[in-house]
Amino acid sequence: MERHFERDLEELKQRLLWMGSLVERAVHQAVHAVLDADEQLAEAVLSEEDAINEMQIEIDERIQRLLALQAPMAADLRFLLAASRINGDLERIGDQAVNIAQSAMRILRHPQVKPYVDLPRMSDLAEGMVRDSLNSLVRGDQELAQSVLQRDDQVDRLRDQMFRELLTYMMENSSVVFSAFELVLVAKNLERIGDHATNIAEDVIYFVAGRDIRHPALDRR
Amino acid sequence: MASAAQGKEMASRVVPKVRTGESGTASPVKEATLRFEISELDFFYGPKQAIFGLNLKIPKNRITALIGPSGCGKSTFLRTLNRMNETLRNTKVAGQILLDGQDILQMDVVKLRRRVGMVFQRPNPFPKSIYDNVAYGLRINGYKGRLDELVEHSLRRAALWDEVKDHLQKSAFALSGGQQQRLCIARALAVDPEVLLMDEPCSALDPVTTAKIEELMFQLKDSCTMAIVTHNMQQAARASDYTAFMLDGRLIEHSETPKLFTTPADARTEAYITGRFG
Repeated sequence: MERHFERDLEELKQRLLWMGSLVERAVHQAVHAVLDADEQLAEAVLSEEDAINEMQIEIDERIQRLLALQAPMAADLRFLLAASRINGDLERIGDQAVNIAQSAMRILRHPQVKPYVDLPRMSDLAEGMVRDSLNSLVRGDQELAQSVLQRDDQVDRLRDQMFRELLTYMMENSSVVFSAFELVLVAKNLERIGDHATNIAEDVIYFVAGRDIRHPALDRR
Repeated sequence: MASAAQGKEMASRVVPKVRTGESGTASPVKEATLRFEISELDFFYGPKQAIFGLNLKIPKNRITALIGPSGCGKSTFLRTLNRMNETLRNTKVAGQILLDGQDILQMDVVKLRRRVGMVFQRPNPFPKSIYDNVAYGLRINGYKGRLDELVEHSLRRAALWDEVKDHLQKSAFALSGGQQQRLCIARALAVDPEVLLMDEPCSALDPVTTAKIEELMFQLKDSCTMAIVTHNMQQAARASDYTAFMLDGRLIEHSETPKLFTTPADARTEAYITGRFG
């Protein structure tokens, strides 16, 4: 007999995934506002921010209610703790998307600094990390979550590469400093999105296997 | 309370054996001082085996909770620790139970039960006054000292003194259920046991009284080792230091309580504590 608690947990997971899909779309639109010089996409991201924030509160309330009323144990407890942290990470990813959209609107007022080569690669990687971290949650798939963790270094390397390249553009031509600086911010926000996806993957591993792999350098005795 | 002579007549007897374990878990107990060390324990009600090769270490001055579905053998196990099962006919115990390194199956049963007290599911005060309930164990043990002081001390330890100090001669039956249960704890504590066994001590009590008993258990830890059988998972999680999960007469998992309730090692423990069976 399926208990109503299990239905509540499943509903919570579905709401978390729905929020994840909103956030994924926001990141995709924000980056394409830059790549395609499309101001309307940037505005769409800004207009969706409230919906994401409302979902964060709704999901938090669901988690609070289940913790208070069901006193969950073991895997159920780990899922709710992980869901609470994932909820926070998704909302932060939404904020990073808004930051990118705001940068896009400022970048659009100026001529393009350079052809975008690393930015779409970095965006594909970061969006893929968000998508796969959520897929690993749906499937309870530790290996997929682990693969998300491994991709974080690639995103960091691309950010460093973009920083170096944009710095040379700024040193050569002071008239591009404004746009180049905004692109640095975009790269920084994408790198942070990768970090949040990494957090989500770590939470999935905690939920599935009961292992806390955050901060591996700490000696937890 | 059974006498030594009665104890000898009991059907239960020791059957020494040497056998490698087939169930149980690696002990999580880190404390250097153990109160009980149970090895390869089997228990039979007539032909029916209720406990199978159980190994468990119970550390001194800690609370160990026993959980598991009805009929899994946890109460039977608890009652083997002060040989209370011997009051039943046609039972048999095999294996070894050491209390401070001494085999309890070789001890005088009255002396054992003075050291290992028990509190039951339903409060069972004697049909006597509050005072006489607490003094009972002391009197039958021939205590000649200051009875009044020890009665007060025991009632204070059981967090009942303030509520009953002006009515010590009233019948114990005049007390509420929660007060009766604390009186039974005071009665058990009066003979200064080293171990207190509790078989679902709060199952008939309201949440406020349950909280009092749990707080009492916490305070008694300084002077007493406790083992508690409970169906209430939250109570085991709140009140105990170690938790043992039993299923079908076998020890499935024994862990530090926070670990067992957050990241149990065995899928059967996980299924039970998340309410997916049992």
